[in-house]
Amino acid sequence: MQFSEHWLRTFVDPQLDSAELGHLLTMAGLEVEEADPAAPAFSGVVIAQIVEADRHPNADKLKLCKVDAGTGELLQIVCGAPNAAAGMKVPCATVGARLPGDFAIKAAKLRGVESFGMLCSARELGLSEDHGGLYALPADAPVGTDIRDYLGLDDTLFTIKLTPNRADCLSLTGVARELAAITGRPLKLHAVEPVEPAIDARRAIVLDAPDACPRYCGRILRGVDAKAPTPEWMVRRLVRSGIRAISALVDVTNYVMLELGQPLHAFDNTRLSGAIHVRYPGEGEHVLLLNEQTVTPAADTLLIADEARALALAGIMGGEESGITLDTTEVFLESAFFAPAAIAGRARAYGFSSDASHRFERGVDFELARTALERATRLILDICGGDAGPVEEAIARDHLPARPAVRLRPARARRLLGIHLDDTGIQALLERVHLTVVREGEDLLVTPPSFRFDIEIEEDLIEELARLHGYDNIPAVAPQGALMMLPSAESRRPVWDVRHLLAARGYQEVVNFAFVEEAWERDFCANENLIRLANPIASQLSVMRSSLIPGLAANLVTNRKRQLDRVRVFEIGRCFERKADGEPVAGFHQSLMVAGLAAGPALPEQWGERSRQIDFYDVKGDLEALFAPRRLSFESLSHPALHPGRAASVRLDGHNIGIIGEIHPVWVQRYDMGSAPVAFEIQLDAALYAVLPTYAEISRMPAVTRDLALVVALDVTVARVLEVLREAAPAVVREIDLFDVYHGKGIDTDKKSLAFRVLMQDTQRTLEDAEVDDAVSALVRQAELVLGARLRGSGE
Amino acid sequence: METLDQLVQQAVADFAAAVDGAVLEQTKARYLGKSGSLTERLKALGKLAPDARREAGAAINRAKDAIEQALDGRRQALREAALLAQLAAEALDVTLPGRGSVPGGLHPVSRTLERIEALFGSIGFIVADGPEIETDWHNFTALNTPENHPARSMHDTFYLEGHNDVLLRTHTSPVQIRAMQDHVARHAGREHMPELRLIAPGRVYRVDSDATHSPMFHQVEGLWVGESVSFADLKGVIADFLRKFFETEDLQVRFRPSFFPFTEPSAEIDVAFMSGALEGRWLEIAGCGMVHPNVLRFGGFDPERYTGFAFGMGPDRLTMLRYGVNDLRLFFEGDLRFLSQFR
Repeated sequence: MQFSEHWLRTFVDPQLDSAELGHLLTMAGLEVEEADPAAPAFSGVVIAQIVEADRHPNADKLKLCKVDAGTGELLQIVCGAPNAAAGMKVPCATVGARLPGDFAIKAAKLRGVESFGMLCSARELGLSEDHGGLYALPADAPVGTDIRDYLGLDDTLFTIKLTPNRADCLSLTGVARELAAITGRPLKLHAVEPVEPAIDARRAIVLDAPDACPRYCGRILRGVDAKAPTPEWMVRRLVRSGIRAISALVDVTNYVMLELGQPLHAFDNTRLSGAIHVRYPGEGEHVLLLNEQTVTPAADTLLIADEARALALAGIMGGEESGITLDTTEVFLESAFFAPAAIAGRARAYGFSSDASHRFERGVDFELARTALERATRLILDICGGDAGPVEEAIARDHLPARPAVRLRPARARRLLGIHLDDTGIQALLERVHLTVVREGEDLLVTPPSFRFDIEIEEDLIEELARLHGYDNIPAVAPQGALMMLPSAESRRPVWDVRHLLAARGYQEVVNFAFVEEAWERDFCANENLIRLANPIASQLSVMRSSLIPGLAANLVTNRKRQLDRVRVFEIGRCFERKADGEPVAGFHQSLMVAGLAAGPALPEQWGERSRQIDFYDVKGDLEALFAPRRLSFESLSHPALHPGRAASVRLDGHNIGIIGEIHPVWVQRYDMGSAPVAFEIQLDAALYAVLPTYAEISRMPAVTRDLALVVALDVTVARVLEVLREAAPAVVREIDLFDVYHGKGIDTDKKSLAFRVLMQDTQRTLEDAEVDDAVSALVRQAELVLGARLRGSGE
Repeated sequence: METLDQLVQQAVADFAAAVDGAVLEQTKARYLGKSGSLTERLKALGKLAPDARREAGAAINRAKDAIEQALDGRRQALREAALLAQLAAEALDVTLPGRGSVPGGLHPVSRTLERIEALFGSIGFIVADGPEIETDWHNFTALNTPENHPARSMHDTFYLEGHNDVLLRTHTSPVQIRAMQDHVARHAGREHMPELRLIAPGRVYRVDSDATHSPMFHQVEGLWVGESVSFADLKGVIADFLRKFFETEDLQVRFRPSFFPFTEPSAEIDVAFMSGALEGRWLEIAGCGMVHPNVLRFGGFDPERYTGFAFGMGPDRLTMLRYGVNDLRLFFEGDLRFLSQFR
């Protein structure tokens, strides 16, 4: 809410400057977002009357004016404004004045004629963008008065950001009430005297939905002049509250809303027929609103209607067909209370909001309607003339909001806040904000006023106490608690270990959006069961990702565009898939994954290493390092994102835990990824389990190694060979490791040679040569038998 | 025939003249080899009478010892010279860059989160986690946010197509509910329930995008529920955290009344640095308050017996302040030129 400091100070005037006042409001929970001067700094500008305005002797477009600036003598001023005319009152910057932008006014010669000052437009004073001519002031503006005083320009426009619970501060009265409470200064409110009816014009009011509208006041005003000008002081206050002045009747309703907090509505009384009904819509009803939008109100939207038709959306917006115009002479003025629950969310459902709905949905003082109506009547009669009929007030008292007393236990308040404030002090603070306090034993029974909608439970009162006591006055203490160590599971490592390990292997962590382009999901995941956002901010951020890999691929593309060709990135994040019995939210599977992608040279360009592009085995090595000492196994895999011959599922302890592979060449080309990137994606949980080490006895006996080169068909995997060898291995064989792969000269083109080192050892004794030879023979025999292998160098 | 002394002298001189090991060994052969001069003399001993033989033999052996000693000395000297020459030849340009790969790094916000977890962990806060596709009930209802509250509007919340009751969580606060329910279930039936102290870092989503807002960002939720947790404790913990996080006492912390449906009283937390580029400016850093009794009830706690505080802070903002980053969007663009600055 925006308002003028000057206006606020007419209600309560603490001895504080603008900055102090703003700070105080902020610390009371009315956060001052902005505090702007009403006008830029300037000086030496006074009200002047143009006495003569003649042609400049040497210039057609200039005028030579004689001006009375209240100095006792007429000033000669050359002026170029088209509207400069004798008799007009305008702002005059006298010699020595400083205009916005630190522009100094000096005596000068203009086209050979001396000029002692400058007549100003509104724009030259920084008051508006209007530079069509001089700023015409009212005829009664006092000559010689400083324009800053006359227009009240030394004012501050405060914009406060109100939290939804403080609807009572959506008016000058409300803010003033709060300021008076926190400063202890007296509050001066306007005494509103009822306007005695001068005519007997009435319109009946029927409350068809008393729970939604338990109070409705209305009154007819006749003989009003809707074209009457709105007084300057009212325009100024409206404009400084960010509300455009429109016409006297509209301005008065807005003014009273700002002053008291009660939204009003003015109907053209001649367009109404019969009694006013406050009711819910019937089938097929529609309303043309003031904003020219036609709505078909939903069943839960309250209407103002007459006996012929729906007129307006109650508490939200008036209708075009029953609204006032400049030709209106008869007004039906509405001032009502609508229950917050009957208004909340409705305007938003139609795609707009209004000052009225903003207030009603948060809570308007339900005892205010009549006072506001009287206030508005007085202002309209004063400005537009006319006669008022009697106030019709329909009321369903049982449906007005209840204000039951709330019990406050001072001891609980002290405990919850951690402060020492005695009962008397607590009572005094609460009474400052117009809460009625009655003691009952050790407790206080507190009744909130009709303008507070946020005091229903004890905590509401404790909050009020904290605010009034001052958050700054609550101590900050180091809490005391039972000292207990947190559990530390050795069989589960923190996610940070995974991050640091991948970082140590050269990967940079990224954080990508969880919503992605639909095409990524289709291309990389063949996902046909997309999870779409109902309201994405952009079409390329419209579906939830089921894999982290496309995002990493996009990171590669972005960085390649920035001339970085060596890219290693990883991300830890959630992936989303539909799953009927998903946990913890049914319908969705949302597991944390860790994925990495590497592309470009295997090593940064350097002097000592031959440049080589990254390949499958580099990334596989990273993955194995991440899981060490546990052993992963890999099986060929077909996956839409990956090269069909260079992709594998990653398995741990017999479970699939992820995938690894080269990105499919089709996507590499389509998305312009350059060289062939290799990516992996693993369930994070699998990477977090750690094995507790267990000691195995170290043998003191010498170990024997034998190398074994087996020639097998090209399509026989190393994993298969190792499996066969390990199965066939006698107990003395400790380890079998691959140390070379050869394919080329000396070997049939459809064969490859695999070289293994076999380590044999017994814990109790030295192995004999015969045992070693037998073990090797057993391995070879089994390989020949099962895999069709032969020992390299034998039987060529 | 030269004397043995002359022979020894000659050998020492010849050895000294040998420029390397090979020449030295050839030279050695001339004296000690099969047909070396000393060997010849030993062979000739047999022709002497026994007495003369003994005497001459002893003299020859002394000469042999002297020659061998000279030979060893020369060998040693040559070895040392050769080693020095080899070492000189092997000298490296030690200023050449080291070989191998370079490490990557953590995301800057991860750095912050790791520190936050460590700092809160040091006073007994565990780390909790929750789903990002969340139920409307956990995200709003259980957090005392009624049906028509502005925070539930399409304007702020991402909803999923075809679902009315699930959304992308708009804050990490639903973890409060899940964690409280778990805690209460775990300790059901006990007379005395231990305190619940947790933080819940994670990603959250809101329909908002500009230089200071991202549709996805991070939050850290904090919760402490116990039998005597007060607003003064909340102020103490937050002020302590901020001073430890920024590693400075040169910091003002301000609590300002605010409103959240799930806490009461509620506060915004502002910090102001007393030096540096941001000196004197109040910066909004977190929202917090005492857990609303309705929220405690939804979590399974009796609000008459238990009280608690909760806070939600923006680690992205903390990271920006800590490292001087001026545009939130940089965190989510995957630009390695930016990210690699935080290694």
